[in-house]
Amino acid sequence: MDVLQLQRKLREHQAAMIREGFLDDQFSQLQKLQDESSPDFVIEVVKMFFDDSENLLNNMTRALGQVPVDFKQVDAHVHQYKGSSASVGAARVKNVCATFRNFCEAQNLEGCVRCLQQLQHEYSLLKNNLQYLFRLQEEIQAAGGSIPTIE
Amino acid sequence: MKVKSGCVRRVFYSWIVFCTVGGLYGFWHMSLNACEQRKESLISMCDERARMLQDQFNVSMNHIQAMSILIKTFHHNMNPSSIDQSTFARYTERTAFERPLTSGVAYAVRVLHSERGQFERQQGWTIKNMNTLHPSPAQQEYAPVIFAQDTISHVISLDVLSGKEDRENVLRARESAKGVLTAPFRLLKTNRLGVILTFAVYKRILPSNATPYQRIQATDGYLGGVFDVESLVEKLLQQLASEQAVIVNVYDTTNNTHPIVMYGSNVSGDSFSYVSTLNFGDPLRKHEMHCRFKQKQPWPWLAFNTCVGGFVICVLLGYIFYATWNRVVKAEEDRDEMTELKKRAEAADIAKSQFLATVSHEIRTPMNGVLGMLHMLMDTDLDVTQQEYVRTAQGSGKALVSLINEVLDQAKIEAGKLELEASLFDLRALLDDVSSLFSEKSQAKGIELAVYVSDEVPEVLIGDPGRFRQIITNLMGNSIKFTEKGHIYVTIHVVEEVVHSIEIDKELGLEDSNNVSVSGFPVADSRRSWEGFKAFSQVGPLGSFSSDADLINLIVSVEDTGEGIPLEAQSRIFTPFMQVGPSVSRRHGGTGIGLSISKCLVGLMNGEIGFVSLPKIGSTFTFTALFTNACNNHHQSNPPSSEFQGMTALLIDPRPARAKVCRYHMQRLGIRIQVVSDLSQGLSTITEGNQIINIVLIEQQVWDRDSCMSSGFVDSTSRVHDGVAPKLFILVNSNACLGETSGTSNPRVIIKPLRASMLAASLQRAMGVSCRNGEVPASLSLGHLLGGKKILIVDDNGVNRTVAAGALKKYGADVVCVSSGKEAISKLKPPHDFDACFMDIQMPEMDGFEATKKIREMERCGRSKRDGFVDNLSKWDVPILAMTADVIQATHEECVRRGMDGYVSKPFEAEQLYREVSRFFHS
Repeated sequence: MDVLQLQRKLREHQAAMIREGFLDDQFSQLQKLQDESSPDFVIEVVKMFFDDSENLLNNMTRALGQVPVDFKQVDAHVHQYKGSSASVGAARVKNVCATFRNFCEAQNLEGCVRCLQQLQHEYSLLKNNLQYLFRLQEEIQAAGGSIPTIE
Repeated sequence: MKVKSGCVRRVFYSWIVFCTVGGLYGFWHMSLNACEQRKESLISMCDERARMLQDQFNVSMNHIQAMSILIKTFHHNMNPSSIDQSTFARYTERTAFERPLTSGVAYAVRVLHSERGQFERQQGWTIKNMNTLHPSPAQQEYAPVIFAQDTISHVISLDVLSGKEDRENVLRARESAKGVLTAPFRLLKTNRLGVILTFAVYKRILPSNATPYQRIQATDGYLGGVFDVESLVEKLLQQLASEQAVIVNVYDTTNNTHPIVMYGSNVSGDSFSYVSTLNFGDPLRKHEMHCRFKQKQPWPWLAFNTCVGGFVICVLLGYIFYATWNRVVKAEEDRDEMTELKKRAEAADIAKSQFLATVSHEIRTPMNGVLGMLHMLMDTDLDVTQQEYVRTAQGSGKALVSLINEVLDQAKIEAGKLELEASLFDLRALLDDVSSLFSEKSQAKGIELAVYVSDEVPEVLIGDPGRFRQIITNLMGNSIKFTEKGHIYVTIHVVEEVVHSIEIDKELGLEDSNNVSVSGFPVADSRRSWEGFKAFSQVGPLGSFSSDADLINLIVSVEDTGEGIPLEAQSRIFTPFMQVGPSVSRRHGGTGIGLSISKCLVGLMNGEIGFVSLPKIGSTFTFTALFTNACNNHHQSNPPSSEFQGMTALLIDPRPARAKVCRYHMQRLGIRIQVVSDLSQGLSTITEGNQIINIVLIEQQVWDRDSCMSSGFVDSTSRVHDGVAPKLFILVNSNACLGETSGTSNPRVIIKPLRASMLAASLQRAMGVSCRNGEVPASLSLGHLLGGKKILIVDDNGVNRTVAAGALKKYGADVVCVSSGKEAISKLKPPHDFDACFMDIQMPEMDGFEATKKIREMERCGRSKRDGFVDNLSKWDVPILAMTADVIQATHEECVRRGMDGYVSKPFEAEQLYREVSRFFHS
């Protein structure tokens, strides 16, 4: 494919992700942090975030499956997850986490379970989108183009 | 208090008793005095009478004694006697005035029985018995009367010795050779009480020590005088005044047990009587005079009235004291009650504020949930109607949260819990932010929004930017709500500057000069809004402020051309929850709490707030606030970007007030500016002036007015200066106004409000100034601050750690990461290698607060050990900043309390990061 076309696709995709609220300004900030000294900074961080997410989601599922449910434990996981998601700029995940924490505080099991499902849903959406984004970037780099910055 | 009151009542009653007793005593004392006086007067009167009686009696007695000598001389010593009855009678008659008390005088001779016959023959009558009036039976001796005054001539020839009283008298008289008195008896004929005084007449002069017998033998005869005591005393008393007041009784008390009344009646009189002894010269007889007042002692009215009066006065005085005391006690009780009520009211007020604070805080938490859920709901598949519903719900929720925040602020202020931050901030940037916030609304309404900050205001101030922003936002929000046309104009000056300008105006007489406002509409005179400010009244004639140079007193005014505040509502404009009227809140919303909060915040900034408002013309709110100057040379203002440095702009604007705003913003970019009032002038400046004009700014008003000229203007400007044509910009208030400005070569448009950054962006776009690095100035400064600093990051979350490290590395810091509190402690053993530490608060095992506590303890130990030589303090006190994702209200205070130095939110915001870090790294 044409590099220019790829670049346009990338721009559009990222803009769409921001528009739809998957990502926020923090993600652009992250991209700004990436420079010659750390060329794979964003990908590294996001990979770390993926690992973290899967761990935490598993932990949450396990914690919510226990009888009786230790809401404090769940809350700790959600807190962690909220921090991570905020750091990478995963806005929608972060928002769900905020709601999740409220349910934890209220010890509302039903709400928690629903939030967990939503988290999983949001996470998989985000992961797919981001992976697509990175794939585009890789393709551009492979084609010898530079990754456009987004204002 | 009750005890006291009872006590006072008892004192009052005992006072009454005391008064009564005192009154009675006084009365008793005074009446006794009166009685004594009466007695004394009686005594003196009585004595006086007795003395007079005695004197007169003595006079009479003396005369009778003299008569006895007369008789001895002329009757006995002469032979024949030269006195006969008729001589005696005449003589006594004529000398009766000498003896006022005697009613008659008689002389009897001593005749022995042996001489009786011869005597009877000689006299020619026989001696008669006194009682029987018959010739006297034979006796040893006789004492027949031979001479008698005519008044008692009937006693001649009567034997005096035959009468019982007379006999005794005669015998005693000749024995004692003195005048002798009989007991009082009824006189013959007159039947009145009388006494007889008898003197003996002797043949020869006897020695004073003669025996009674010698005297008897020497006796020749007896002279007797009859005293009519009754008439005598009466006469005497008549001579004296106040005879009626006193009853006088005279008694013969020779026989003590049976005193004989000589004078007086038994008229009852006063019980008190006085006795004076009378001495009539007869030692055997005793006489007394008894005096009494006729009337009983009258009731002592004077004493009574005096005492009653005194009593009444004392009781009244006592009552006055009693009543006063009661009043005082009552007032004190009332005051105590009031104090108690006040305390309760204050407690209730505090409780209310606390309740509000708690409830608001508690509402916020679930509201976050609601808003989050709504946000999520919006991301799901919804049709248009549903989306509309959700958007409305979200809008309402946001409004509710902001309302709750306001209430929370109010409650915090009332509870006195609101504290101001002290951090560095750029006032101009802050105002740019605020005007961007309102730009949408002002553009939609077509209002001109202008901000002007005086050059005297320092670049960087220390204060609470959030709260300052809150005040300005509030005032501007109100203005924009109520303004439909015209302008909103925010100005910030240093107070001194304003004061000087007032003085200059006064000197020049410009006070009333009608300066045209920014939009040309009339405005309320802002000066009247700070008439009452203390900051101005403190200023001396030279405008010298005594405060030290580091303190900057800013005066901020927000002027609008809105509908104004109705006069009747102006007085309660700063009262919480007060709005102008119910219709206003329906139309514009809001709680009416904003101005009250603003007032409190201004108060916290040591400032004052005031306003002036004219209905239908507009309002001007003015407040002052005290900040600290952060940079010493505040006149040297650094333009934020230097790419426009040295350029010159031409502003075509006929209105000086508006031009001033524009000039201010352009100067911030380092652009010099010239102002002309219309297009033709502008054109001549561009073409003929010897200066290169890079930019031309034209007010929309000018552009529209001279539209016929505008295209020509564009053409001619594009040709000057060898093709380096100045760029044209039109300044407009809103997009909508720009419809008709047609033309092939339309210049670019800048929509107000003017802000430095926005201006810079517009100019960059138009002029193609290369924008190499879009970094905000703050990040430059951050790099400056953080460059080469060694910073430790503590976070259990790998992603967070990496991102934070990345961000700080970007600013040039040397970053080390650890993942737990324990590791942090091992890294942060004093003396420190690190310049700062960013620590996550919520971590498993050991959270941020605990780790900080441990580190602070180690620092303390280390410091005390090395007390002697503290080489570098910073090695012993590392700044620890909390990193936290949720920014709850109390976090800053909480962090400081736990030994941290501040907090930064995750993910890092450049501005906040700068603010916090700048406090430690003073470069």
